[in-house]
Amino acid sequence: MAIVTTTKGEMDDSLLEKREGVDENDNERAEWIEYWLDGELVHRSVHMTLKKYTLTGEAIAAQLG
Amino acid sequence: MANTQAMTTSFKVDLFNAVHAFNATGVPAHTASTADTFKAALYLASSPGGTLGAGTTAYTSTGEVSSSGTNYSSGGVTVTFGTAPTSSGTTAFITPSASIVYSSVTLTTPFDAVLIYNSTQSNKAVSVHTFGSQTITAGTLTLVMPSNAAGTALLNIA
Repeated sequence: MAIVTTTKGEMDDSLLEKREGVDENDNERAEWIEYWLDGELVHRSVHMTLKKYTLTGEAIAAQLG
Repeated sequence: MANTQAMTTSFKVDLFNAVHAFNATGVPAHTASTADTFKAALYLASSPGGTLGAGTTAYTSTGEVSSSGTNYSSGGVTVTFGTAPTSSGTTAFITPSASIVYSSVTLTTPFDAVLIYNSTQSNKAVSVHTFGSQTITAGTLTLVMPSNAAGTALLNIA
């Protein structure tokens, strides 16, 4: 049993339908968790790992001409 | 051994630290031995004011997620850079030392980008990071940083 913050206030998770998943691409890995109450989304959180962002020396050289 | 043409690695690290000034106009006054404050703002996937990218020069509230009734503060949250810029091989790099966290927010209009900007220096833009569209409902968005190493750091100058 756990307490979940929802649009209806604090609720026991046993009263809610839990859905979760992972979406991943070149930019990020997003783990999401949702709680639904009678077909209504009442909580959604996302835990997302950002991946690298690279500025190359070649790109700088191109900008400098 | 022949000489080698290169942008020096020390210069790349210096870029992160605002050591050099090639132009006297608009140069930040970095005489104080304190780091600037950086922030991270979230932007809508379908922005009415245009899109963010390499051409973005500064933070703008246009296209930012709503701060009305969402518990999101306009301008976003502070980014912690607890580790100094460094280098490995010929790549200089830096990554925020903590996750960027938006707690207890409700953002029902899809957003897909975060802008990191320097709130100390006229909100000048640093970088834009995009991701798949997301919404948050009475929940928390946690942006976990990648490993702070050459090639995997959030910001690399290779």
